[in-house]
Amino acid sequence: MASRAMAAPGAAEVRRRDLGAIVGRSAYPLAIVLVFIFFLAPFFWMILNSFKTPIEVISLPPKLVFQPTLANYENVFASQQFGRYLVNSLVIGAGSVGLGLLLGVPAAFAIARWDQRRLATGILLARIVPGITFLVPLFIVFRQFKLVDTYASLILAHTLVGLPFIVTVMVPFFNAIPRELEEAARVDGASLLQTLRMVILPISGPGIVTASILAFVFSWNNFMFSVVLATNRTKTLPVAVYNFISYAQIDWGGLMAAAVVITVPVLILALLTQRYIVRGLTAGAVKG
Amino acid sequence: MGTVARPAAAMPPRRSRAAASAGFVDRNAKWLFPLPALAFVALLMVFPILYTGYNSLTGWDLGTGRPATFIGFGNYATLAGDGRFLAAVGRTFVFTALAVGVEVVLGIAIALLLHREFRGRRLLTSILLLPMMATPVAIAMVWLLMYEPTAGIVNFLLRQAHLPTPLWIAGPDSVIPALVLVDVWEWTPMVVLITLAGLAGLPSDPFEAARVDGASGWQVTRLITLPLLVPTIVVATLLRLIDALKTFDIIYGMTGGGPGFASETLNIFTYQQAFQYFSFGYAASVLIVFFAIVLGVSLLFTSLRRDPARPVDEQRRAVEQPSGV
Repeated sequence: MASRAMAAPGAAEVRRRDLGAIVGRSAYPLAIVLVFIFFLAPFFWMILNSFKTPIEVISLPPKLVFQPTLANYENVFASQQFGRYLVNSLVIGAGSVGLGLLLGVPAAFAIARWDQRRLATGILLARIVPGITFLVPLFIVFRQFKLVDTYASLILAHTLVGLPFIVTVMVPFFNAIPRELEEAARVDGASLLQTLRMVILPISGPGIVTASILAFVFSWNNFMFSVVLATNRTKTLPVAVYNFISYAQIDWGGLMAAAVVITVPVLILALLTQRYIVRGLTAGAVKG
Repeated sequence: MGTVARPAAAMPPRRSRAAASAGFVDRNAKWLFPLPALAFVALLMVFPILYTGYNSLTGWDLGTGRPATFIGFGNYATLAGDGRFLAAVGRTFVFTALAVGVEVVLGIAIALLLHREFRGRRLLTSILLLPMMATPVAIAMVWLLMYEPTAGIVNFLLRQAHLPTPLWIAGPDSVIPALVLVDVWEWTPMVVLITLAGLAGLPSDPFEAARVDGASGWQVTRLITLPLLVPTIVVATLLRLIDALKTFDIIYGMTGGGPGFASETLNIFTYQQAFQYFSFGYAASVLIVFFAIVLGVSLLFTSLRRDPARPVDEQRRAVEQPSGV
């Protein structure tokens, strides 16, 4: 009886669902395309305008077809000394990744191996604390020791930002390594350090690469610490890009070229290692 | 312990000192391994915060030349009556609520959209990575150009569509929504990726049962998918909350807190006090309050998360499995 009562509205239901399916079928690709456009448009606009002359950038309607010029890039590297800032960014990035791995990998191993929950919480806390609460006192101390505008102060500060990420990325990697491997090495007479160096670290390659890339990108992108600590000699790329707009007249083409120069390397890194990056970025989500 | 004794006995005598030191490391690895990281964080993060706590009780001001003499809670009393500070606190909450709200809703919607097979799915997932990895200052500059009231592409398109053209970041009322939009562009992908990881880890049984029972797509989403996703959504929201409260790069890069103080959030206000006016004592009291707010919101939200502790744990395992090595 119940099934017969269901039959009549069922037919209407089916018809309504067909209609919904037709609408759904065309709405679906449209929605996907809109998502595509929304997230890509700023990149497209940045790259397009970096090849325009100052007049073309502000001409309306915006030109999509034009004679591209490399003048903006020449300006960025020749008169704005972006080459120097690029070197600064690379040195500070590499330094902070190196230091971060040195400190973070053993800590992550300890958290994974001995399940040190409290330590893990402490590291997460370091991620929660607003950077500026330790940036201001660090600036005061660094000023005292004449360390402002040196690589040392920037590497230390950037390591502070990258370290929590290195640990959150590495802990799941170490957790996934079968304990038997380690035990086998120990039975064969290896010390813990030897085991770490010859067994654990070699198979943690993907984890170390992910952690390094993420920490490097965070250092490369870092603005707040650099704008305070890297005033002149050690000025990094984000600060240089920001300084572009302090002039009265904004050179939009040059600004976009500068933005391309700083963004494209990061985007290429991200795409090359995307599978690990997704895992790294969401590591906080599954571990936190 | 047994495994430690065996290699020591097997080693030749001349290496006994190395063996002894290795033995020392082995016995104490539990605290030796995390020690460098802990010392580093203590020296460069915990000590500075304590130092800030002390500074907040002094009248230290490099701008006016006031020395670092102890003045008790004077700075905090001033804060309580500082209209600019109180407005910055309110603005921080408005910005965070708007940004995280939109990001979570939009992020879940996009994740549900992407959670099926279609051509170009992998490509779109890769594209989602780009906004959050791109250098925020560079992104701020691009939006600055797009938002330009007269020559910008955004207002050009709005004019073509005969829609009103706001001043965006140049208008005191439109600046916060304009900055929220940039944050949404930058960080919605984070919510999408976390939600996709959550979706991939959901059990398939409830969905098969629903299909057998003839549930419509929307019914499945509303009654099965979303409830199962709650733990994932909570985690994504928490992560975004923590970061949105601290947003600095795009705001400072695009407006510096302006026009006037219309986009001055707590982070920008603190920055100005410390590095524009160099009133380190007053800035320190703001830092302590800012620190307390971020910590408070995080703890509040974490305690919300504790309630469904079991599902989170199961969720965690589910999310970790497919991506595990």
